[in-house]
Amino acid sequence: MTSAMPVTFFGWVYFLLQQYGVLFVKGALVTLLLAVSGTIVGCIIGLFVGILQTIPINPKDGLVKRGCYQCIRAILAAYVELFRGTPMIVQAMVVYYGSMQVYNIDMSPLVAGFIVVSVNTGAYMAETVRGGIISIDVGQKEAAKAIGMNHFQIMSCVILPQALRNIMPQIGNNLIINIKDTSVLNVISVTELYFLSKSAAGAYYRYFEVFFITCAIYFIMTFAVSRFLLWIEKRMDGPDNYSLVTHDPLADPCGPFTPKKGEN
Amino acid sequence: MDNKVLAIEPQQILKIKNLVKYFGKREILKDISFDVFQGDVICIIGASGSGKSTMLRCINMLEIPTSGEIIHDERNVVEEQDKLTLYRTKVGMVFQQFNLFNNMSVLENCMVGLVKVLKQDKATARQTALHFLEKVGMAQYINAKPHQLSGGQKQRVAIARALAIQPQVLLMDEPTSALDTQMVGEVLAVMRELAKDGLTMLIVTHEIAFAREVASRIIYVEDGVIVEDDTPDVIFNHPQDARTKAFLSRVTNGLV
Repeated sequence: MTSAMPVTFFGWVYFLLQQYGVLFVKGALVTLLLAVSGTIVGCIIGLFVGILQTIPINPKDGLVKRGCYQCIRAILAAYVELFRGTPMIVQAMVVYYGSMQVYNIDMSPLVAGFIVVSVNTGAYMAETVRGGIISIDVGQKEAAKAIGMNHFQIMSCVILPQALRNIMPQIGNNLIINIKDTSVLNVISVTELYFLSKSAAGAYYRYFEVFFITCAIYFIMTFAVSRFLLWIEKRMDGPDNYSLVTHDPLADPCGPFTPKKGEN
Repeated sequence: MDNKVLAIEPQQILKIKNLVKYFGKREILKDISFDVFQGDVICIIGASGSGKSTMLRCINMLEIPTSGEIIHDERNVVEEQDKLTLYRTKVGMVFQQFNLFNNMSVLENCMVGLVKVLKQDKATARQTALHFLEKVGMAQYINAKPHQLSGGQKQRVAIARALAIQPQVLLMDEPTSALDTQMVGEVLAVMRELAKDGLTMLIVTHEIAFAREVASRIIYVEDGVIVEDDTPDVIFNHPQDARTKAFLSRVTNGLV
């Protein structure tokens, strides 16, 4: 090995890729896994918190029911404020070492990292979802009420599909931020891309070359994700055109309505 | 106690008694009482801000009345709010701003109430929805999304959506006020047809000529009270109250 050490920058890059290619791929996969699963779970948490926070409180409800709602809202608000208001790097330390010391739970760094990313994303998404819900004009909600839908039906059929479409750019933002920010999980030894890059760099003391590669990998991941999300958004919007039904739809009970997207 | 009322007036759908609505400290509705019978086409007229729309929204419980009773099917809807969703399927509503569900196609807009609320299977719901879309002349557009339609078309779909759940009475809150004159005609034509079919309707409107032609009863509202409630002939040709006369003369002079 020592006989043919590279001399140029790109020579080193090529050499390191050969040496640590598998390591980089492993790191990138862990990063992606953490970012994607954390974002998905975070979105689900955010969805629930956002929905719970927008349940209307009817002043004619009983004291107990109203008290419960207020209590839930207070807890959720505290959650959002706490996790938005502290750095993820610190949260990682607290969760990982805290669970070990206080509860004697010896979880793997990966699990701790996953929890931290999910809960952190959830706190941000809760506010995003709340914004998405209140951005849908009140008229549609009233129209849904007027045909007899209950709160859950109004949310699931009318408000959330539109709110989710509107917050797609923000979900994309969160995913990209998570891909980059999972690098802070190196403090609890999660073997993600940054952590592995650091160990690779240490082996030959080639920090610039190694982190040049790392940089490129991060960018490829975020760029691919952002393009992919744009494509999904396009698909959600459906076709711009619609065709008129030229035959009598009543005469043909199963003909005119094509529920599949892209065919109308 | 309501049995007696029902015995005398067997076709009564709604009985509104002493309805009062406050927004904060402002009293918008002051002691509104009237009955709605099967087949009534009631046009509610009055100046802007007189409480017409609030009255209609209270009847559908979109605004919770401060006090008073709405009797439907021998039940006071204001008291028994847990049965509200069932009540609302009996009382359809059409809005000034159409309020179609933007994430659904025309057909889905009309089907969603049938499937989700009335728990019909999709094939039946589709048939019903198509029937009513046909009625408002929108059957060709079932695949379109709301943002692809003109105002008049949107309102016709909104009418079909409300009719699809087959309510006993249809409330219409200024259904043509957000439309330009060209489109007003197509929506009024649909409403005229519905009146001819015997659908019970409560229409808040500024279209005085339409009210005169179609209504079986006119309610004139001013400052949150019903000033007059009578046939179009009486209201327009022999108004009893000075306030009604003043309003109608302002209308005919184009001041409203």
